[in-house]
Amino acid sequence: MGTRTVRLEDEDGKAAATRMPSFDSQSPISNILVAFSYTEGGTIQTYHVCDIGAFEHSAGFCLEDAVNLSGTGDQAVVSDPLQIDTFNKAPTSFNINNQAETQRLLLEKGQKLNLVSISSGNTENWGESNMADASPRTDISTDADTEEKNQRFDRGQSAALVAYDSSDRSKDKMDQKMLRRLAQNREAARKSRLRKKAYVQQLESSRLKLTQFEQELQRARQQGIFISSSGDQTHSMSGNGAMTFDVEYARWLEEHNRQINELRSAVNSHASDTELRIIIDGVMAHYDEVFRLKSNAAKADVFHLLSGMWKTPAERCFLWLGGFRSSELLKLLANQLEPLTEQQLVGIGNLQQSSQQAEDALSQGMEALQQSLAETLSSGSLGSSGSSGNVANYMGQMAMAMGKLGTLEGFIRQADNLRQQTLQQMHRILTTRQSARALLAIHDYFSRLRALSSLWLARPRE
Amino acid sequence: MDAVRDLASKKAAVIFTRSSCCMCHSIKTLFYELGASPAIHELDHDANGREIERALRAQGYGSVPAVFIGGRYVGSAKDVISLHVDGSLKQMLMDAKAIWF
Repeated sequence: MGTRTVRLEDEDGKAAATRMPSFDSQSPISNILVAFSYTEGGTIQTYHVCDIGAFEHSAGFCLEDAVNLSGTGDQAVVSDPLQIDTFNKAPTSFNINNQAETQRLLLEKGQKLNLVSISSGNTENWGESNMADASPRTDISTDADTEEKNQRFDRGQSAALVAYDSSDRSKDKMDQKMLRRLAQNREAARKSRLRKKAYVQQLESSRLKLTQFEQELQRARQQGIFISSSGDQTHSMSGNGAMTFDVEYARWLEEHNRQINELRSAVNSHASDTELRIIIDGVMAHYDEVFRLKSNAAKADVFHLLSGMWKTPAERCFLWLGGFRSSELLKLLANQLEPLTEQQLVGIGNLQQSSQQAEDALSQGMEALQQSLAETLSSGSLGSSGSSGNVANYMGQMAMAMGKLGTLEGFIRQADNLRQQTLQQMHRILTTRQSARALLAIHDYFSRLRALSSLWLARPRE
Repeated sequence: MDAVRDLASKKAAVIFTRSSCCMCHSIKTLFYELGASPAIHELDHDANGREIERALRAQGYGSVPAVFIGGRYVGSAKDVISLHVDGSLKQMLMDAKAIWF
């Protein structure tokens, strides 16, 4: 059967419908049998609009049950034929004639029902009171309503009502087909309720987890701030250092993106050099900020920086000593900065060479460090020095290895120093407008890398 | 400090290092890359090593690597890299005749 599900959401969770279902104006109320419901608690009301036209095969009407939805957008609306049972128990029952007669009756009486207000505009506070205010003819429906409501309370569910012209009730029996259909509906309703329950439980546990994470983050942030403010922090709160930096870096990136957007619109709107310079100075100062953050993070957790886990996967591809390679950056800028004066060309060329040389020097230093560390750890005394000698050797080795690990921080610091100096030197060589374009190009490159990472992570896997 | 000044003026480029210091290795590599042949003094293998280290620290020069060009203190790793990026290091080396191009 054709049913249109209309969901009325309540902002403050009260049992009120604040929006009307949109009715097809071409099908007057005679074609529409509205089942609406009310609940006690603040929940989303679900309404069903059934098309009587589809009732050719079943000489009945569609009753839908609205299920309590706590805070979700799920619509598990099922039909609960129990209402029909209820109605049967009610002092009056409804007329379940053939389609034609039903239609005729509704046509006649439809206008007199208060339910006309459904199609006419805003009706608020659907509820029992509304029922009471309905046309006098729906008196009995109110009674049935009450009794049904009691039943609903017992079952902890919401009641569904069919507004109907009471004078048409009779005591006709139901079809076999109808009974079977009702049974199926019952089953479907039960299954749906179970599904809903499971889903809601899942949501609630997720919400709890989320709150816990937020608290952890808050704690870590506080501890992290403590770390970064004290210059010679000797304790390393490693886990928190990493998390803190990730959070700070995310915030930094957000602000950076905002500044770049500002720069972009300034460039596009042909702003003056003075205006551009102000924005560019802000961007450069903000770059200084990230190097300061990284410096603190290097003290707290150098391996987190080295791992590059604070960057997206594609960016990590190009990771060098905890960040980007200045020489590579200059290479990709080379084409985009034209036209350059002779002096500028020389300057940029020298800068590229210098950064390349510095990178090589630092890389070689790192290799020396690795080699030295390996030698320290592998020099074991498998000899006859005696157990105490072995232990002393071991401890000595570990102490030396610890010292070497400590120098890692220095390498990251110098790598960042190189990046910072390269950016500043580039800014010195270029004109204001060229600097703007360079900063935009750098940002575009990295944001494309980040977008690539997102695509990669979301790729469909067989 | 005399020992330091003495050694520092002996050659156009002088670097005080420690054999275990890998950052010193980086700075040495950079100088070789530029074509300079600096005089390297490994303080942990030098006879006057400890004295020199004390003198360096007394001057506020920090620890190794300690770089001298043309007899004058240039700085540690951070300073050398910064000067290299803006082209000053090369100029200093040329001025001190440590390199010619």
